[in-house]
Amino acid sequence: MSILINKDTKIIVQGLTGKTGTFHTEQALAYHGTQMLAGTHPKKGGQQWTSADGQSLPLFTTVAEAKDATGANASVIYVPPAGAAAAIEEAIDAGIDLITCITEGVPVQDMVRVKEKLDKSKSRLIGPNCPGLMTPDECKIGIMPPSIFRKGSVGVLSRSGTLTYEAVYQTSMAGLGQSSAVGIGGDPVKGTEFIDVLEMFLADDQTESIIMIGEIGGSAEEDAAQFLIDEAKKGRSKPMVGFIAGRTSPPGRTMGHAGAVISGGKGGADEKIAALEDAGVRVSPSPAKLGVTLVDVLNG
Amino acid sequence: MNIHEHQAKKILQTFGAPIAAGVAITSLDQAKSAIASLPGPVWVVKSQIHAGGRGKGKFKELGVDAKGGVRVSFSAEEALANAVEMFGKTLVTQQTGPNGKAVNQLYVEDGADIDRELYLSILVDRETGKTSFVASTEGGMDIETVAHDTPELIHSVGINASTGCTDADAATLANALKLEGSAREQGMALFKNLFEAFVSKDMSLLEINPLIITKSNDVQVLDAKVSFDNNALFRHPDVIELRDITEEDEKEVEASKYDLAYIALDGEIGCMVNGAGLAMATMDIIKLYGAEPANFLDVGGSATTERVTAAFKIITADPNVKGILVNIFGGIMRCDVIAEGVVQAAKDINLKVPLVVRLEGTKVDEGKAIINSSGLNVIAADDLDDAAQKIVKAVKG
Repeated sequence: MSILINKDTKIIVQGLTGKTGTFHTEQALAYHGTQMLAGTHPKKGGQQWTSADGQSLPLFTTVAEAKDATGANASVIYVPPAGAAAAIEEAIDAGIDLITCITEGVPVQDMVRVKEKLDKSKSRLIGPNCPGLMTPDECKIGIMPPSIFRKGSVGVLSRSGTLTYEAVYQTSMAGLGQSSAVGIGGDPVKGTEFIDVLEMFLADDQTESIIMIGEIGGSAEEDAAQFLIDEAKKGRSKPMVGFIAGRTSPPGRTMGHAGAVISGGKGGADEKIAALEDAGVRVSPSPAKLGVTLVDVLNG
Repeated sequence: MNIHEHQAKKILQTFGAPIAAGVAITSLDQAKSAIASLPGPVWVVKSQIHAGGRGKGKFKELGVDAKGGVRVSFSAEEALANAVEMFGKTLVTQQTGPNGKAVNQLYVEDGADIDRELYLSILVDRETGKTSFVASTEGGMDIETVAHDTPELIHSVGINASTGCTDADAATLANALKLEGSAREQGMALFKNLFEAFVSKDMSLLEINPLIITKSNDVQVLDAKVSFDNNALFRHPDVIELRDITEEDEKEVEASKYDLAYIALDGEIGCMVNGAGLAMATMDIIKLYGAEPANFLDVGGSATTERVTAAFKIITADPNVKGILVNIFGGIMRCDVIAEGVVQAAKDINLKVPLVVRLEGTKVDEGKAIINSSGLNVIAADDLDDAAQKIVKAVKG
């Protein structure tokens, strides 16, 4: 198994006709037959999108129409920040099960509004400001570079896109491979948190170990640590390696990600590392040693 | 984006918040008429810098016994003397860092008759995903200290986005702040108005410390700190106008022109990285190998050759930089685009410090080919660990 996506996931693209949407849809189509089925554009319904190598997808005016026509259960959003929240809301209204928003720079108040709507719906949102998710050899949603993946046993989850790639690359090099990789995104208000994904990885048979990459800001890592402690008491646990980015970041400064800021004395790296270690997670001091640290943990 | 207190108060006033009369001055010539325009008998002269702790701050140029950055004056002459003493000086507070900030603006305000000082702020609570009020009867002091010492005196009230601040929410806040009579009535209206201001202007923080109750039982906004969500500035041209770039680091201002997330630090190794997480981790690993990063720089997911070139120029403009580490793991960012930018920039500025480049991910082979055929003296690295060790060795020997 895997989590969230597999070879049967049927995907439509919101914002397909832009440069970014086009590039990454071409990559997805080329990845083990990921089922990219259609795109939406408010003014280009009825037209066709054509990739550089001549594949074409139908365009629909709305997500609801695209879903009806294709049976899609997932959407990926490459819409610019000003329209991203509306795109997510449209996907929720259309009843899309899994919505992934890649867009970086969505206003926080827009996400506050979306979050309330999301909580009342059955949809799951990944992101925004995230790299998407991958199940190796089966399905690619988002912008992760496919060449570094290898089918295997490690569940990868991260607030950072590029650090997800580090974890994936290093576990591939170590011969372990991945069950699935999920980038939950670097914004302060987002659809899916660490504990949601940890629950899925704990429940997934293919996932034998987990790498979780956090960063400064907020308390998602502390929440995750508490969740792991509670689950371990019920007898559910898997070998885990963690990393927290931002040990050298100055307080009060937003480090690129809107959510990566130590403020009011909260959200520092040291507290997060301590919380994860208390929960039995081996925290790697180096972002370059995620793979070897996991091998070390697995070898006891 | 941060703004000054007097700008924040003007905005809140347009939403109906009770603010004392006051005049902002940007040169000392304006001080006398500003003071004369207020009735007295008490004038408050306040330094306008983008940092908290002004009242307890110290001026670098004045003795340790000199008064702080917010001064209550009991005559027009005293107010003027205070303005003259503070203007143009450097104020060091808990939040400015040791270098302090130049006081280029003062705000002269009508003094208030204070009975009680309260704390009120609005922010987005990341755990609940809601806009929330934080209220406490312990105003006028550092709220972090209050939260640490007496957490039971801090009340948090989350507001539903679909309903806004309701009567019930406002009543909860009024109870938390122990408001009675006219102050309760005014407070309940104020909470709704402040919530409206926060949401409609896309603020990221609105902090009123203190919110005061006067001796006549009226509420008044005595201090105001407002920050805006940078991601929402595109829909608030009026807010962008309020930006004071003299409060910001020069290199950071330059970087923002190119949409680069750049933060100046004190170390010797310049970093150019894609992705905020990897950029932080790159700083961390430099430190792990015994050197210090000179900056945080995320070139973002949609960097062009032009932006990469700009990033390179900004990094090398820092005289402390003794070497540069380029660390790219391409997903949305293509390695060939980065490589072209690096080659272009290194040639443009005639780069003299060691340069280590690590490329991985989307279009990595094309990127490496561009670097290798450039004729530049670049130290290639295989992975992040290798890259960090090589740049630290190149700089430290």
